[in-house]
Amino acid sequence: MTTQNIRRMALGGALAALAFGFFAAPALAQRDPAYASARSAGTVGEKMDGYLGIVGAATPDLQALVDDINIRRRAVYAERAQAEGATLAEYSFTAGCLAISRTEPGEMYQAPDGSWQRRTSAPPVRHSSCP
Amino acid sequence: MTSAKLTTSACRAHKAQMRGLNSRPAKGAMLALGVLTLGGCITVNAPAEPIVIELNINITQEVIYRLAEDAGNTIDENADIF
Repeated sequence: MTTQNIRRMALGGALAALAFGFFAAPALAQRDPAYASARSAGTVGEKMDGYLGIVGAATPDLQALVDDINIRRRAVYAERAQAEGATLAEYSFTAGCLAISRTEPGEMYQAPDGSWQRRTSAPPVRHSSCP
Repeated sequence: MTSAKLTTSACRAHKAQMRGLNSRPAKGAMLALGVLTLGGCITVNAPAEPIVIELNINITQEVIYRLAEDAGNTIDENADIF
């Protein structure tokens, strides 16, 4: 093995580490503290259509927070729906089913009748079409 | 003087008789086509009401089950907005 080969391998390893770090970082991104506290306080909840909703009275701050998240969700839904050959509505509804399933006790979610429900330790009441 | 013959000798130049189009049925067809082109303008009138194609979005269970795995991954990969 020549020194050139060793140098090349070292460079490759460094690049791989850099790439891993670069791609791994977004996946580990956590909720914004304001969003996390709004969720646990139950001022926002998961809607059936895959978007976030305001539970109760809306404040400008809360509206801005929900709008920001929903715009970003919509962008992700649109991209993935296209990749999967599905419509935006189909994909966002499916994501909504899963997002409701993944709510933690104390968080709010929308029941099939449209009402807001607080998640208990029991499974959430979901639309009959949910997987 | 004799010329060397090729494998297939070419025909001498001649007036080839046109076939097909000179026949009576062909002439008739051409005439009919001409008449049709002259008098056959098809006018399409737009309807007064807009054409509404109703797309009843019926999300089938099959589609949702197919998307479920991908949607789950999407939520995991975008943990900051879910």
